[in-house]
Amino acid sequence: MLELKDICFSRDNKNILKNVNLTIDNNKMIVITGPNGSGKSTLAKIIMGIENPDSGKIIFDGKDITKLSITERAKMGIGFAFQQPVRFKGLTVKDLIEISAGNSIKVCDACDVLADVGLCAQEYLNREVNSGLSGGELKRIEIAMLAAKKSKLTIFDEPEAGIDLWSFNNLISVFEKMHDDIHGSIVIISHQERILNIADEIVLITNGKVEKHGPREEVLPQIFNKVKPCHKIDKNQKCNEGRA
Amino acid sequence: MDKIEKNLLKQIADIEKTPMGAYNIRENGKLAGRNTTANIDIVTKKDKPGIDIIIKPNTKNESVHIPVILTQGGLNDLVYNDFYIGENADVVIVAGCGIHNSTCNTAEHDGIHTFHLAKGAKIKYIEKHYGEGEGTGDRILNPQTIINLDENASMEMESVQIKGVTSTIRETFANMGKGSSLVISERIMTTGKQTAKTIFDVNLNGEDSSVHVASRSVAEDDSLQEFVSNVKGNTKCFGHVECDAIIMGNGRVISDPKIEANDVDASLIHEAAIGKIAGEQLIKLMTLGLTEKEAEEQIINGFLK
Repeated sequence: MLELKDICFSRDNKNILKNVNLTIDNNKMIVITGPNGSGKSTLAKIIMGIENPDSGKIIFDGKDITKLSITERAKMGIGFAFQQPVRFKGLTVKDLIEISAGNSIKVCDACDVLADVGLCAQEYLNREVNSGLSGGELKRIEIAMLAAKKSKLTIFDEPEAGIDLWSFNNLISVFEKMHDDIHGSIVIISHQERILNIADEIVLITNGKVEKHGPREEVLPQIFNKVKPCHKIDKNQKCNEGRA
Repeated sequence: MDKIEKNLLKQIADIEKTPMGAYNIRENGKLAGRNTTANIDIVTKKDKPGIDIIIKPNTKNESVHIPVILTQGGLNDLVYNDFYIGENADVVIVAGCGIHNSTCNTAEHDGIHTFHLAKGAKIKYIEKHYGEGEGTGDRILNPQTIINLDENASMEMESVQIKGVTSTIRETFANMGKGSSLVISERIMTTGKQTAKTIFDVNLNGEDSSVHVASRSVAEDDSLQEFVSNVKGNTKCFGHVECDAIIMGNGRVISDPKIEANDVDASLIHEAAIGKIAGEQLIKLMTLGLTEKEAEEQIINGFLK
């Protein structure tokens, strides 16, 4: 479905992505993980066309999309949920869900996608997506929009950020339901173990490179073995030690 | 009525047939149709151009349409309309003016509307302004709205300038009685070299009175808009003024919101924001499959909805 070939991307003399090669097959749930600043979000933006690589190729459904615009990629079937959703003065939740669906969506279908993310349609459908909504509400609306878009490939950039613990289990079932309904591939950028646990495959990115990519059963134990436990502070150590 | 006149009525008052209830249609400075009801009377003024609209106390679920249309260039139509709303009445008033100017001469309508709301009266007032026509003559609208709210009266005013008005100065003055409430929602779009200035001058004189003014505007091309508000809190009261503007091309917006607290229990807020469409908003809509132009249109349409 998606193939990234030798993707390089640098900004401000910093190499953010270094010859990234990655293949995402049809109908897979992929979780991309890795330390902060390793290039995960940049990679997602490059797939969507929000950023353009310095070199390399992006092949989607057998077609070279490297030079295609965001709109063209969206129309071909790529969707992207922002890490920090955008607010719109004047546009309502219903407007955004309709735009996502690509045409006028039945009210009952719009209600369903909102219910899936734990929002009461009656309360939210006609609300403006403005500063009156909390970060968590915006995040859920963002996810609902992608559920309505039904893309062949949907990328979620840290969807769990800002979602309260109570909603977290629902979030996981939303991804599972989307995966079952759409039969497309879902790529989730996440640090959360519970999200890693639903992946078919895990991609570990460190320092701008794909360090590991394989089935969850293989990669997950390697990731956890790699993390060193945080050392405890010696109780006898002076509190002001190390201060400037 | 011909096609042009019917379209103007549709644009400003959403009228396609004879409106229900009371109405007064003014066309090129003359009366073109009127209807009154048992509770709503419309009387032509004797001392100056215009009408008195008298609504009996306790009138509910009725509406008044008073649209004005101009299709002649070179006409300067000045009109004074006074509204007397009886105690505890609850009605909808739809006004507005549409100009079709196919000449090189200026067509201008200045409507001066004065509202007197008695105790407990409530109205929703919708005013739309629209211009069109292939002529080079200016299309000018200078509406004035004077609002007097008695004890516990409330008014919701929706003021919209859709498009095609060469220049406008829109003034609203309000005197607020005890416990009265005023909510004003303004939407303005200017293009080309059009200019628009709006002025809101509100006196919160009555205890527990409140006003909320929300203005949203879009200035495209080389157009210029100015927003001036002055809300005076003279007693225990609440006032909120919000002005949001989107600028595009060489469009310019000047915002001058002023609040004046003359009493220690006056609570007044003003907010103003001017800027172009945020890049991330365009990108978000493009990731949903819209082109940049379609995304821009969606954002503007939503903003002015």
